[in-house]
Amino acid sequence: MSITKQKQPTKKSKTASDNRPGWSRRQVLKAGAAAGALTVITSRKSLASLPPIPPEPADCTPQPTQSPATTPFVQALPIPPVAVPTILNPIPTLQADTSRGEAARANHQDWFQFFPLVQYDVSIQPTMHQFHPDIPATYCWGYNGVYPGPTFLNVYGVPVVVRFHNNLPTNHSGFGTNTHTTHLHNGHTASESDGFAGDFWSPTFFKDHHYPNVYAGFNAHPPLGDPLEAQRTYWYHDHRHSFTATNNYRGLNGMYLIYDAVDTGFEFPGQGPQALRLPGPYGIYDIPLVFTDKLFCADGQMYATAPDTVPGGTDKFCVNGVIQPYFQVQARKYRFRFLNSGPARIWTFNLSDNNGNPVPMTVVATDGNLLPSPVQVISTSPDSTLTGLTVHVSSRYDVVIDFSGAQAGTSWYLTNIAAQFVGNAPDPEPAPGVNINNVVMRFDITGPPPLADQSQVPAVLTALPDISTPLANLVGTRVWNFNDFVAGPEGDPANPTAKVFNVNGLTFDPNRPDATVAQGSAETWLIRNRFPGTGWTHPVHIHLEEGRVLDRRNITVNPTTGVATITNHRVPPLEQGRRDVYPILPNDEVLIFLQFRDWFGKYMIHCHNLGHEDNLMLVRWDVGTATSPVTSPVYSDGTFNNGNGQVNSGAQPNLVPAITTLADNFNLNPPGTSKLQRPGTRGSKKGVRA
Amino acid sequence: MNRRDLLTCRLPDKSQPAASLGPRYYTNAVFRTHENKRVRFYDDLIKGKIAIINFMYASCDRYCPTSIACLSRLQALLGDRLGRDMFMYSFTLKPDMDTPEKLAAYAKANGARHGWYFLTGDEYDLTSIRFKLFRLDDPLVDFSVDIHASMLRIINDNNSQWTAWVLPDPPALIREAISWVEPTKPFAVRVRENYELQAEIDKESLITEPRRAAYRRAHGWPEATASHADPEAMKRLEVLLQRKAAGGSWVRSQERPGAVPSAL
Repeated sequence: MSITKQKQPTKKSKTASDNRPGWSRRQVLKAGAAAGALTVITSRKSLASLPPIPPEPADCTPQPTQSPATTPFVQALPIPPVAVPTILNPIPTLQADTSRGEAARANHQDWFQFFPLVQYDVSIQPTMHQFHPDIPATYCWGYNGVYPGPTFLNVYGVPVVVRFHNNLPTNHSGFGTNTHTTHLHNGHTASESDGFAGDFWSPTFFKDHHYPNVYAGFNAHPPLGDPLEAQRTYWYHDHRHSFTATNNYRGLNGMYLIYDAVDTGFEFPGQGPQALRLPGPYGIYDIPLVFTDKLFCADGQMYATAPDTVPGGTDKFCVNGVIQPYFQVQARKYRFRFLNSGPARIWTFNLSDNNGNPVPMTVVATDGNLLPSPVQVISTSPDSTLTGLTVHVSSRYDVVIDFSGAQAGTSWYLTNIAAQFVGNAPDPEPAPGVNINNVVMRFDITGPPPLADQSQVPAVLTALPDISTPLANLVGTRVWNFNDFVAGPEGDPANPTAKVFNVNGLTFDPNRPDATVAQGSAETWLIRNRFPGTGWTHPVHIHLEEGRVLDRRNITVNPTTGVATITNHRVPPLEQGRRDVYPILPNDEVLIFLQFRDWFGKYMIHCHNLGHEDNLMLVRWDVGTATSPVTSPVYSDGTFNNGNGQVNSGAQPNLVPAITTLADNFNLNPPGTSKLQRPGTRGSKKGVRA
Repeated sequence: MNRRDLLTCRLPDKSQPAASLGPRYYTNAVFRTHENKRVRFYDDLIKGKIAIINFMYASCDRYCPTSIACLSRLQALLGDRLGRDMFMYSFTLKPDMDTPEKLAAYAKANGARHGWYFLTGDEYDLTSIRFKLFRLDDPLVDFSVDIHASMLRIINDNNSQWTAWVLPDPPALIREAISWVEPTKPFAVRVRENYELQAEIDKESLITEPRRAAYRRAHGWPEATASHADPEAMKRLEVLLQRKAAGGSWVRSQERPGAVPSAL
């Protein structure tokens, strides 16, 4: 029965092709293969269980002066659903299964070493999403038709494969594009599963992304790598170049979390000495907060400035896809995973109690990497970098908030430094000194928890992986100038490049690697913001591996005298751990340490302000078998580019400090000083301690 | 059901194409071409067309020459579609200097074909169009003449799709960027392109994978589990490539994914 059902459409389509005049035998064969691929896709049961695909509304125009008014705190904070594994059909393969509708890609690297028994099936499709009851439902694109997309809960050591079906409309019009690629943000994945910006695929095709969920550097520490290399809070999002901002604005992003023996996701005791027991589990005491900002038209549709541009004047703050939600909490500790999902806003968060007094937020992880020890952020902090939690686009912060001192029945407020438009607030000042327009969300304290709070925030969270050996064997320092040689009002005589968003004067070409690093090597990369005057901040993201900030400086060069003023910020507390997004303010430069391990292929360095990224501030670099010369800052005559388009042969303000002095700047962890036991080495072997 | 619909019936095609942004957005500001013809911005230049728009001025000697040369080479890649459904518009940044006659000479010097227009007009209109298309909300950029010589906007009015590129860049890249605002190709065409792209990737990995495998061996790391590291598999792929060169088909055996056809 089922066999005939499957065969029928293929046969029919072949007949249809045969009857069509002017078709060659080859074309008929190809169409047959196409119909075959389609049969498999249409026979999927999961598609039927997903929300129906709504018709596409027209983009609204002209620009609304502001979004419709909304009543604050009428919707509870939604928790993104958990992605449920399934059994893929057709079976995922090492080579792209093009005959069954998979988009072209290189072969999976280390496929059998990390053979994925856990499989996910994700449909990228349009959906209607309710951002607020006061606003009509909004046409969005979502992974599995939900926004934010489903959260993937994973465990280190359990490789997975995710099949992304592109079910976006083929006759799409308006902002966004129906070709798509998914990037697991900083996932330690091989190049073909990285969602490279040029490797997008079109509707009806699918692509398998292989996420091995292994610690970086597993080749040097077989089989799984060094647990100190763990990174835990990831997000996945559309990365199709030139359309990343609009596709993300449509809703194509979600969270991806990985747990292990240290960060188990559970807080109860008895999980072993290495378990941190941070608040958990997911959805109860471990809550993702996906922040974004939007501008709505009266008909509820999102406004885009132009069909390829997201608006700058967004005035609605959304958390997990809801405008100004409330969240009922018990008087105990919670772990929140802050994510700035873009498109461009830089958020600065603070927390106030019901009396308007500042309350500390304890940061335990930055970009998903545990900090050596927790860092408190509070508006009264003496350290200017800790007076608010500044979250640049794509940065993640794992924050523990302790509500145990709060009185039942009261409310706390999470505020942003910039205001939104509310326009429908019965109480203009919910707490003394707290403006309703700045409130992003409200925490309602319901009472004591039903079970005692067993979670803890240890004073020492992790040791950092030992990098003394690779630091001693550095290939060199590679320089990436963001906005290099940009023509000012007068232009630059030395280098005629007027491309406003560039990296080292270059813009994106998917087929041209602008640097090649050898697999297994280590380098320091100097990232500089060199366009005085614009005030643009570039949150720079480097794919493949997280790095460590070695130094952060601000260099202002007087254009007439050539004298440089250097302000050394050293390494701020929130950059003492490992990061994958490095914000550079105007004239800032940051020196980071990077390793390129385990995989080959193409990766990217780019500004994660989605608008800048879409203007091609995106450069491809490759992990290969040899290193391309590290010469970007040096001209052939040995002079250096000082970054302002001027060649400087005298005192070189931007010269990289000698590597030997870096250890002074940076608290290295010599082997043996790790405060934590490494799971899988000593702790897990029975009888060793006795 | 129409037979052709069989291929696309399950695609999420229920949506209706959104209307163009229309003259209300683009305005119908009046400009003059280098042929001294009077044109309205939306009705004559945008409506129903794919428009490739940049800004320049005839006396610009620093940034424009390379940009214009790049557009000049792009003309060949557009073929007979230039002037039919694709149009290139170069607006002047200095209307007080660039008269239609001056622009006509400039167009001739740069080998402009039918379908590439150089336009001038009222400064207010030119600035409002420029801000509509290229505004970055930073005065240093928005009023920089030089920076505007490097920007390219690509608009398809039919499906209200836009994209942007930079100048100068290889014309092939710009041609590809133009293809993104075109309607999605028929499924059968995309299937064929997918096979071709896969063949290119496979061809490249013929070279890279043995090199990578040797590198890993030299560093004492575990062997990668790539099929092409296996010399037998490489030989089979070479045969496939030869068959394609002789006019064969890329369609692989349907029974076993990744299996080599039994004829080999």
